[in-house]
Amino acid sequence: MLQFESVSKSYRDGTRAVAELSLEVERGEIVVLIGPSGCGKTTSLRMVNRMVEPTEGRILLEGRDVMALDPVRLRRGIGYVVQQIGLFPHMTIAENIEVVPRLLGWKPERRRERTRELLDLVGMEPAVYGERFPHELSGGQQQRIGVLRALAADPDLILMDEPFGALDPITREQLQDELRRLQAAVHKTIVFVTHDMDEALRLASRIAVLREGRLLQLDTPAELLRRPADEFVAQFVGRHRLAERTAPQTVREIMNHRPVTLGPGASTEEAFALMQSRQVDTLLVVDGAGRLQGYVSAWHLAHRRAAGRTLGEVCEEDVALAQPEEDASSAFARMDGEHLPYLAVVDGGQLLGIVTRRSMVRALAAAVWGDAP
Amino acid sequence: MNGIWPDIVAHLPLVWADLLQHVEIVAISVAFGCLVAVPVGILLTRHTAVAEVVITITGLIQTVPSLALLALVLPILGVGLVPSITALALYALLPILRNTYVGVRGVPRETVDCARAMGMSGLQALWRVELPLAIPVIVAGVRLSTIYLISWAVLAALIGGGGLGVLILEGLATYDFGLVLAGAVPAALLAIAAGFGLGWLQRALTPKGIRSVASGRGA
Repeated sequence: MLQFESVSKSYRDGTRAVAELSLEVERGEIVVLIGPSGCGKTTSLRMVNRMVEPTEGRILLEGRDVMALDPVRLRRGIGYVVQQIGLFPHMTIAENIEVVPRLLGWKPERRRERTRELLDLVGMEPAVYGERFPHELSGGQQQRIGVLRALAADPDLILMDEPFGALDPITREQLQDELRRLQAAVHKTIVFVTHDMDEALRLASRIAVLREGRLLQLDTPAELLRRPADEFVAQFVGRHRLAERTAPQTVREIMNHRPVTLGPGASTEEAFALMQSRQVDTLLVVDGAGRLQGYVSAWHLAHRRAAGRTLGEVCEEDVALAQPEEDASSAFARMDGEHLPYLAVVDGGQLLGIVTRRSMVRALAAAVWGDAP
Repeated sequence: MNGIWPDIVAHLPLVWADLLQHVEIVAISVAFGCLVAVPVGILLTRHTAVAEVVITITGLIQTVPSLALLALVLPILGVGLVPSITALALYALLPILRNTYVGVRGVPRETVDCARAMGMSGLQALWRVELPLAIPVIVAGVRLSTIYLISWAVLAALIGGGGLGVLILEGLATYDFGLVLAGAVPAALLAIAAGFGLGWLQRALTPKGIRSVASGRGA
């Protein structure tokens, strides 16, 4: 859909805002350009609609070099959203939304119809809001209109330059959610500039991290968190990375490797004694070869006239199991959903460990405060 | 002072004719001033490097005493209505030019930038975004010019331009205080009326969406 082919932008004083940027944006993606101020993210965005012209390289939109297109017509075909100052204060909300359709020469009825449709899309009553002026709306509402205005002429590509930067955190999150919802509904391709990593992680299909005009990494949010390309990216991703990296990935990583077990030949008295000394109410029964046979609980032993019998005879076999390579979070979800006190981790019949509520708490603690001792 | 009002009343037909001529002189001068200053002011916002120079030059014109300026156009353009209007139009330039420049430049860069990025041509951005937002400031300049010119146009009588100045000069020459007042009072009233009238026009021309915001921006 959109390709940067080793695009550079240098200014006469020698500063290089963007250096050999190459990236490709697929149709329907939200690509977020992120980096500290002065990293060239806004310049890169503005080169797409020729508000800034590249000094080297090419930008291809649907395979056509943007420099070969008439800038005015090019821009009319691309949605554009900036911070809320971008709404024209002397125009009503309806007039603001209709700017591009008017430039394109749409008939008044068609424009009005489209405006109504768009306002409905974000739940703003057209009869109420259409005739208002921007200053009569809250910041969040104004920015909603900014987004609708970009959608008005139904462009395939939308450029957004820190559109939610001036909003309070709660409104910002609302609008981010709304944008995702809109994106799912209208399938636009969006290039989005921000310096807010939270925003990038929430919205992006892929994130491009820029620094001093160079692209350091272009990856999905998950990949970026898991495998930052270098120390700078790692630092920029910051606390998210910390949480993600120390957060256990598999059951094997978070399980207790030494569950309390007894052999099938052990007596119930032994079982009681072990439970008391280890402060547990359940034991796993494991044979000499390390295979899980079942479990016994204190409740069992007390209620089933188990005295004098071996554990192999009285144990229950329906142990809730987990695979060692299973995702830890899904194991937790299962425990939580089915009210299981623990999961026995078994691989090929061999007992490897046990996941209890305590393992869950430790894993969460590690994710929040770093590696627990 | 009893004799003044009868004097003014007695001169009323004369006053009326001179008043109309006064309005005519001022209106034409301001119109010419606008015709030149508004486009030039807009042009200057596109070439800010020369803007300082041009505004300084028009500022210099402003500092030439009005009497002297009238005397200066006399040898070039002679006497009568045309030289009067020429001199006054020169005076009208500065406030309109400056306010046009300031008003258009005062439109937030981001707003204009956004207009361009949405696909407006330079002229479309000017016409649909910059001028509507600058209009309160521009009209404030026109208002200021008009009020100045109403008082300065009195001097146009010196070079045969006519207007209320005729009454005042005649009154001074003949020590007829009533005649002086017959010229001066309508001129003062005219200035006040113009101030109110153009103030109203300024509000009326200000786009509704920025009325509450723009009231603080006028010059």
